[in-house]
Amino acid sequence: MKAFSNLLSDLILTSSRNRKLSLLEQYFSSTPDPDRGYALAAITGSLSFKNIKASFFKDLIKEKQDEHLFNLSYDYVGDLAETISLLWDQEKGGNMPRLSSLFENLKKAKNDELRNHIINILNISTADQRWAFIKLFTGGLRIGVSSRLVKQALANYGNVDLEEIEKIWHGLHFPYTNMFSWLENKGSKPKISIYDIFHPMMLAHPLVMEKDLAAANPKDFVAEYKWDGIRVQIVSHSEGCRLYSRTGDEVSKSFPEIIKIIQGNFVLDGELLAGINNEPKTFNDLQQRLNKKAPSEKFIKENPCFIKVYDVLFFNGDDLRDKTLIERKKVLNSFFSTNRSPMFLSKTIEFKDWRFLDKIRDISNKQIHEGVMIKSVSSPYIAGRPRGKWFKWKRNPKNVDAIIMYAQRGHGKRSSFYSDYTFGVFNKEKELVPIGKAYSGFTDEELNRLDKFVRSKTINRFGPVREVEKTLVVEIAFDGMSLSNRHKSGIALRFPRFKRIRWDKPTNEVETLEQIRKSFLG
Amino acid sequence: MISIDNKLYIRDIDTYIDPFFPVERAIITHGHADHARAGHKHVLCTPETSEIMKIRYGENCASSFQTIKYGHSVKIGKISVTLYPAAHILGSAQVLLETPKHKIVVTGDYKTILDRHLDPFEVVPCDLLVTEATFGLPIFKFNKPEMEIMRLLDNISKNRENTFLIGAYSLGKAQRIIWLLREAGFSDDIFVHGSMDKLCDFYQSKGIRLGTLRKATLDNKKDFKGKIIVAPPSALKDRWSRRFENITRCYASGWMQVKQRAKQSQIEIPLVISDHSDWNELTNTIKQTGAEKVWITHGREDALKYWCEKNGIQAEPLSLQHRDETIEL
Repeated sequence: MKAFSNLLSDLILTSSRNRKLSLLEQYFSSTPDPDRGYALAAITGSLSFKNIKASFFKDLIKEKQDEHLFNLSYDYVGDLAETISLLWDQEKGGNMPRLSSLFENLKKAKNDELRNHIINILNISTADQRWAFIKLFTGGLRIGVSSRLVKQALANYGNVDLEEIEKIWHGLHFPYTNMFSWLENKGSKPKISIYDIFHPMMLAHPLVMEKDLAAANPKDFVAEYKWDGIRVQIVSHSEGCRLYSRTGDEVSKSFPEIIKIIQGNFVLDGELLAGINNEPKTFNDLQQRLNKKAPSEKFIKENPCFIKVYDVLFFNGDDLRDKTLIERKKVLNSFFSTNRSPMFLSKTIEFKDWRFLDKIRDISNKQIHEGVMIKSVSSPYIAGRPRGKWFKWKRNPKNVDAIIMYAQRGHGKRSSFYSDYTFGVFNKEKELVPIGKAYSGFTDEELNRLDKFVRSKTINRFGPVREVEKTLVVEIAFDGMSLSNRHKSGIALRFPRFKRIRWDKPTNEVETLEQIRKSFLG
Repeated sequence: MISIDNKLYIRDIDTYIDPFFPVERAIITHGHADHARAGHKHVLCTPETSEIMKIRYGENCASSFQTIKYGHSVKIGKISVTLYPAAHILGSAQVLLETPKHKIVVTGDYKTILDRHLDPFEVVPCDLLVTEATFGLPIFKFNKPEMEIMRLLDNISKNRENTFLIGAYSLGKAQRIIWLLREAGFSDDIFVHGSMDKLCDFYQSKGIRLGTLRKATLDNKKDFKGKIIVAPPSALKDRWSRRFENITRCYASGWMQVKQRAKQSQIEIPLVISDHSDWNELTNTIKQTGAEKVWITHGREDALKYWCEKNGIQAEPLSLQHRDETIEL
């Protein structure tokens, strides 16, 4: 438990990815089984405790500390686990148990013993240990470590590819002893059923027409829309269905209504989109769903989702990954000859020449897509990003001029620079309203100059945010615009970034919100 | 009779304590800028505080200085004024105002735990105690500073490639951190920000061993690998810090007790080392002085006021007193 609480304290305060990785590796190498497995499960959010809620700890501390003083402290700290850990009396000394025995003892304890057990642990621990301990119960460690980062640390630790970890991850069992012994070259790679495996996805290269396809025969390729949702792998077998994201994270729990319906024996590849009856809505709409880990039925009804399927890896026990794309598409076509809602076939686009596709990819009004995909008909399904097989041809970005309104400091290397900018345009009432935030697209030199601009033109401060004189116009590139009632401007931009800084441009030449809405949303 | 108001103005002798505007007569508890200002006519303080004020604001920052050592008194009119160690920074003092019948103590900023580079804090019994309350919440319970320094040194030994930038106030905290590092056996050169080298020299001249200090200038970038640089907190994330590579940001302050605060300010190694009293020190001091009445200033008054009242002691935040509401003892 000591090592684990040190690890959490270090992780929460570390912003550098590399340092987080090395902290995790150090922990895995210096902690024995099964404790490191418990820690791994805790960090990736798969360790579940008995039904002890935050209120249990609140009641405990109120017995020891005056309620009014507790409330004042909680107000100030803002985090329950930390407030209690600091208010609890200083440690009494004693042997803090190992993480695994701590956990098992609590699991075994009967309800009436549990309370004393927990009090005892709080008594013998330091403030940091109490904090880590209470965090374990009250759910969500919130230490800024994604499960992907943990997998990367495991890959580094065992000197294997991240892909290999991702592949077997969902078939591994707590406390991961066989995985650690494999990573330490003491045992063989854990054996896992193909339906417990996430199969790393085949990815596309951004298309450079002149270089990649100008000389190619369009007949050797198929084209599809590049949907603006999230890529998912659908793994279905007799025991149920799972959805994995592109990085191998299981996202099934966020989409219970979808996995409930899907039946069969296959592994498919497709795009998860917001919308109903094969009519996609914007990415912004999908975002609402992605933010909810356990959506209510009502919420699901109001924000329905479906999947456009474009590839198949396994079907009824057959591995199709070595077949050509055309053969795989045939399997899909026949599968989708009956209604498979909420799954739909992502139809291919008929085309004769590249110019036709070039036009299609840029048609923006109300078509919810990001451009087109061009795939070689003969391509097998190869994990990773093989050359010359699949291409993504994104829409040309759109541009809009806007005025810098606020700036905030960046993180890590950029923490001394004002590098995150909020920009806006004028609405009907001649009021400047924010339309987005961007923190990329400029050179280091430009960043230096922007930083100076922010520092010398600050007119107001709100905590870490600086409001600046509304004098600087920037040209923003973005991939799409959609309506949004979450923003005052009523619009949301997809992936905005700086294109040019218009040091010379007067702000009264910037198009108004109305004009922008008209030209991009019709 | 002594009368004192919420600006810490003592009418009988026309004197203010730590006024933030220029006055005729001032008693200054210590050299920090929110207590010591330039432009007063007559200043009464400890010899160290007068030297610090002259270093920071120039020789002519007051028309005249009268200095008294700890434990010594001067009589102004009917009132005797004595300065006692406050163990906050070098020269910091509590002010005792005394008539044969009454005693008022204004603590200034203080801590009561033993800090061997300063004179130890003394409890001064009184009727009215004017106390600071910077860390006036029960969550503030500070560990031994030596433990915090050990944690830092341990981290440095494991990460030799990094540059350790420690945020610490230029006066007091910076020197205490350096002194603690030396006490812990750290003998490597320590680099300091330009704003603090005169004050470090001053501490050294008073016999506080800070070892070899060098200016953190850009002569040799590689020089800073595995090194400690001490700078004022405001410089931690400012342009000044861009000259260093691979920075690990540390911050020595009682505020670092709260992890979320440290995280928000992007501090990777919080050093919970404070020159102020924590909750237990504040409440113990109040009890030990035997004061019947407590005025609370500089900080989180509500929790401490609540605690006082629960323990049968009258308490009021200084800010809530009206200008003309004077207490007469």
